[in-house]
Amino acid sequence: MTEQMKSNGITRQEWMGLLARAPEDAMMPLWDRVADRPSFKWLRSPEIGGVMVRGRAGAIGAPFNLGEMTVTRCSLALEDGTVGHGYVQGRSKPKAEAAALIDALMQTEAADRLTELVITPLKTQMQGKRKARAAKAAATKVEFFTLVRGED
Amino acid sequence: MYVAVKGGEKAIENAHAWLAEERRGDTDIADLSIAQIREQLSLAVNRVMAEGSLYDPDLAALAIKQARGDLIEAIFLIRAYRTTLPRFGYSNPVKTGDMACDRRVSATFKDAPGGQVLGPTFDYTHRLLDFKLAADGEVAPAPEGDARQEPTPHITSFLKGEGVIQDEPLSEDAPGDLTREPMEFPSNRPLRLQALTRGDEGFVLGMAYSTQRGYARNHAFVGELRIGKVAVEMDIPELGFAIEIGEVELTECETVNQFQGSKTEPPQFTRGYGLVFGQSERKAISMALVDRALRWKELGEDNLGAAAQDEEFVLSHADNIQATGFLEHIKLPHYVDFQSELELVRKLRREAEERITPKEAAE
Repeated sequence: MTEQMKSNGITRQEWMGLLARAPEDAMMPLWDRVADRPSFKWLRSPEIGGVMVRGRAGAIGAPFNLGEMTVTRCSLALEDGTVGHGYVQGRSKPKAEAAALIDALMQTEAADRLTELVITPLKTQMQGKRKARAAKAAATKVEFFTLVRGED
Repeated sequence: MYVAVKGGEKAIENAHAWLAEERRGDTDIADLSIAQIREQLSLAVNRVMAEGSLYDPDLAALAIKQARGDLIEAIFLIRAYRTTLPRFGYSNPVKTGDMACDRRVSATFKDAPGGQVLGPTFDYTHRLLDFKLAADGEVAPAPEGDARQEPTPHITSFLKGEGVIQDEPLSEDAPGDLTREPMEFPSNRPLRLQALTRGDEGFVLGMAYSTQRGYARNHAFVGELRIGKVAVEMDIPELGFAIEIGEVELTECETVNQFQGSKTEPPQFTRGYGLVFGQSERKAISMALVDRALRWKELGEDNLGAAAQDEEFVLSHADNIQATGFLEHIKLPHYVDFQSELELVRKLRREAEERITPKEAAE
C-alpha cells in the first residue's frame, strides 16, 4: 500500500492527515451518519502516546527537539483482511478507532459512501475554518501610506 | 542519637481535602470548565504547553484548574504526565515556511511579501482596564479581508538571497534529546534550543533583557515574528510513508543581529532563533536573543563574561521544574540535618566559652 493509492480523488495520505487533524467534535457526528459499521478485529487496540515534534534552527537548518504532542493510534483488520490505521492528534480512543475504520473502508467499495458522508464534509468544514482565520488575519494587514510633506 | 519518626498521614489527608475545597472556592459561584479555561485563558494554556513541553490544550487546561492557576505547578503536572506516555517516535521537522499565519510582522522590512499582519495582538492597546469585560462577554465578530491562500515566505530568505546573512546549513543529523539523556557541557545548539523552548519564560526573558542592557550586547532586530498553525508530519513504519498526525500552533522569531565579520567570514548579519508552542511571542523573542548570545564561540566573538553567554549557567537554571523542585524541598522536614547543626553550634559555643572563662578568672 502506498500513498499514491487514491480513492475518489483523495490520496490515502490526505485522508489520514485530515482525520488526524480533525477536531473530534467535528468528525464524530459525521462518522455517526455511517449506519452499517463493519466488524473487525484489532491488530493493535487504541493506545495513547507522545510524539516528539521537531523544528529546525533558523527554520531551515539543523533539526532540534521542540516538545511532544499527544497522539492516539490503533490498527485493525476488516473481515476481508483490509487493514486500517488510525493515527490521530490528542487522547481520544473512540476517534482513533473511527479513523482506523474510515481508513480501512476508504480502501474498499464503501469508499464512495465514506467520501460523501465523512471525508468531503469534514474537509469542507476544516477548510472553511482555516479560511475564516486567514480572512481575519488579512483584515489586520497594515496598509502603509506616506504623508505628503509641505516642503515642495 | 538518630530517631526515625513517622506520622502526619491524617494531617496530610485533611490538608488535601481542604486544598480541594479551596480550589473549588465559593460554591455559589459556577464551577470553571476545562473548555472555558482552554478557550478563554488560552495564553496561560499556551505557556503550560510550552514549558510542560507537551502540546495538548485540554490537558494543559485541566492542569491549570487542578493547580488553582499556579502555572508552574500546572507545568509540573504536565511534565509528570508526559513521562507516562510511550514515545511513538519523532516527527519530521515542522515547515514553518508553510505556516497559516495569524500574525506576521517584521521590524526590518516594511514592504515584505505577505505584508505586516498584526493578528490578535495586545500591541497598540492602551493597557487600560476594560470594565466592559466585567459586565458582559459579548463581542462583535472581527472584520474579514481577502484571505491569503499562498504560504508567506520567511524574511531571512530575502537576506540570504543577497548573501548578507549567515547561512543556516541544512542537516538531517538526529538532535540530542534532553528528555532522554541528561544535559552535558559543552552542549550544542540543538540541545540549547530544546532547553530554551521549554525553559521558564521569566528566566529566559530576564536573560534576554540582560543582553539588551549591555551584558553580551548583540543588538537584535526582530527580522520576523510569526504565529500560526503548522502541520506535524511523521513517518509511519507500518505504512511506509509519512502522514500528518496533527497540527500545532507555534510562535517563531528570527532575529537579525550585527556581526563584524571575521578572518574567514565577510561582514554579514547573524541570526538568533526562537520557536515555541502556542502564541508565546515574549518567550519566542527572548529565546532568539539568548540563542544568539550563546553562539558567541561558533561566531568567533569574545567571551565578555556575561551570564547570557554562559551556557552552563543559562541551561542549568532555565528549567522551572528543576528549580522549583530543589528550591521548595527545603521547606520539607529537615529535622535530623538541623539537629546535627544545632548540636555543632552548641559545641562550638561551649568551647569558645571555655576558652574565654579561664582567662577572665585569671585577671
